Amino acid sequence: MGNVLSIILQRLALGLLTLLIVSIVIFVAVNMLPGDFAELILGQGATPEAVKSIREDLGLDQPLVSRYFGWLGGMLTGDLGTSFSQLNFQTNLGGGAGKTVAQQIAPRFANTMFLATVTAAIAVPVAVVLGILAALYRNTIFDRAANIFTLSSISSPEFFMAYVLILFFAVLNPILPSLSNIYDGMAFSDRLNKSLLPALTLTLVVTAHMMRMTRAAIINLLASPYIEMARLKGMSPMRVIVKHALPNALAPIINVVALNLAYLITGVVVVEVVFVYPGLGQLFVDSVSKRDIPVVQACSLIFAMTYVLLNLLADVLSIMSNPRLLHPR
Amino acid sequence: MTMSAPSNAFGGQASPWVSRIAMAAVHFFILVLFLQNVAADTWSSVIGLLFAHLYSVVALTYWSKIERTAAGDTVIVTVTLEYVLMAIIFWERASAWPWSTMFGLGMVQVCAFAAVKYWKDLRRAPASAWFGLIVILVYVMVAATAPIIAPFGETEIVGSEYDVWSNKHLLGTDNLGRDMFTRLIYGGRNTVGIAFTTTLLAFIIGGFAGILAAAMRGWVDQVLGRLVDILMAIPSFIFALLILTIVGTSIPSLIMVIAVLDATRVFRLARAVSMNVVVLDYVEAASLRGEGLWWLIRSEILPNILPPLVAEFGLRFCFVFLFLSGLSFLGLGIQPPTADWGSMVRDNATLITYGDITPLLPAAAIAILTIGVNFVVDWFLHKASGLKD
Repeated sequence: MGNVLSIILQRLALGLLTLLIVSIVIFVAVNMLPGDFAELILGQGATPEAVKSIREDLGLDQPLVSRYFGWLGGMLTGDLGTSFSQLNFQTNLGGGAGKTVAQQIAPRFANTMFLATVTAAIAVPVAVVLGILAALYRNTIFDRAANIFTLSSISSPEFFMAYVLILFFAVLNPILPSLSNIYDGMAFSDRLNKSLLPALTLTLVVTAHMMRMTRAAIINLLASPYIEMARLKGMSPMRVIVKHALPNALAPIINVVALNLAYLITGVVVVEVVFVYPGLGQLFVDSVSKRDIPVVQACSLIFAMTYVLLNLLADVLSIMSNPRLLHPR
Repeated sequence: MTMSAPSNAFGGQASPWVSRIAMAAVHFFILVLFLQNVAADTWSSVIGLLFAHLYSVVALTYWSKIERTAAGDTVIVTVTLEYVLMAIIFWERASAWPWSTMFGLGMVQVCAFAAVKYWKDLRRAPASAWFGLIVILVYVMVAATAPIIAPFGETEIVGSEYDVWSNKHLLGTDNLGRDMFTRLIYGGRNTVGIAFTTTLLAFIIGGFAGILAAAMRGWVDQVLGRLVDILMAIPSFIFALLILTIVGTSIPSLIMVIAVLDATRVFRLARAVSMNVVVLDYVEAASLRGEGLWWLIRSEILPNILPPLVAEFGLRFCFVFLFLSGLSFLGLGIQPPTADWGSMVRDNATLITYGDITPLLPAAAIAILTIGVNFVVDWFLHKASGLKD
């Protein structure tokens, strides 16, 4: 076990290092680029005095390195700064407490997590079961149909899937709402109902890849001698796959599941916009078009963090599911 | 005369005069195309004339190099003449856009050359690969000759908003009263063109860096490898949006940002496959012989890693294409009034709530192209792997 533990600790340390570097990249990318924050906030009517006072307010007159550590410290303690649009509002109306970035992001982050969880809860079991079935009935009509279907859904843009689903389930047969206007204090069933269509869209997007990998991982093993043995014992094909092939195919399957959940993070942006789902992706896109840099910075750090952590999780889980590492001789 | 030897009709040696006369005819057609505009637009005509000569030289050289048969020459000449005939029938439109006409002609000839050269492989290609190739051919031709086949101008407002399908407006009009069919054609040209340029740039950057890293190893490999690791640690869609917030969404910056982000993936592949080649004896022999680094890359490494890179090009193109459409759909990619499939879906999405499928057409166009490319790549990989089924 010591061996596994040290490998995992190594990966964790590497992951933390990656996160640190990612935060530096995001910070530097935003700060080294042309254009002055203060002038951006004030727009056309920027007088030198106003620019100077805002620069002092935001701490922009300090050197880059100390600003970075200030920002990083703020991130770690949950203080993500003040959004430009809110700041603008404040300066124009003279005071009044505007929302901080953290206040803007927190509820939306929860919403996005909810959507991702619902999607994962549908997509992962469906993908694994379909993958096993495709491996079991390989080279049959079922397998071919699944192959063509998954290839098409990988090749289509997310918004195409989203609108096709809207067309069929909200317009032609109005069973599900096409707008996911969820809000705080909504009953769980309502919330689920409203976010079902976006979740289904995301499911279609990620299931294909997971299913193909599950099928490939299982079929890879079917040629090995121990499977032959199990078959010769007279086991049914289903039992051979579930009892003998699946445990050994687990590492690649877990890996691809985690990678696809990480992919969800990007897919979620487009899908949230289609369904007007009040999540982090929607906020991110809005802030990008408004060039609200503190929000963009914070959102991209959160997205990147989730992405890195999920990749890390995939790494750790696939190490843990490797029997040779778990039970060294 | 009796049909004594049917093999002669298809396998016989081609007369060298066929290609010469055909090329001369095409050459004069292009000359007429440009010369009739010489008074109105002198510079464009002059450059067009130079280009036509250059093209004729390249085409003739290439044609004389591929394996010549009477059948192959007949195919090339017939297809070319068909195109010229079409251009003469629709002379008014064709002559109004001489560049597009010439570009379309070039595409027709390139496709005919390729079809003749690779006919042996094509004959055995599965139906899915044929579907993919035909889809790609149609898209390329539509993109090349967009202004000629589109009934209206790209940004021309020709009717009221959201008109239904009719004879005048085949697919109705969009949210500003522009012709949907026209926008669809121009959108194909813009989106496919930009995605292709971006992928090409990504391959030039990433492929070169990857081969360099494998060939030089040492600190070059380390520096480039770690740089790529960092770029890949951030989800590319998010990173692209972050950078585009700062540099703005003009087409050049769009191409640069996506190309650099995509080059990281190309780098990984190029480095991995060239690593396998660099350690082989013949590369060592060449380097002991005193060949320079550039020579090694060009003559020893590049030819041997080409098949996986070509297949990757197809897949990367799909990825870039979807990426770009996603950005445009969010309103952060190609900016209006330039027609583009992603933003067309967004602008007309309200129609879907009335059960009208028109806004889905650009999205379906994206899906069909990516599926087609995937089919062709599958076939190519199968062929390159040397598997015989």
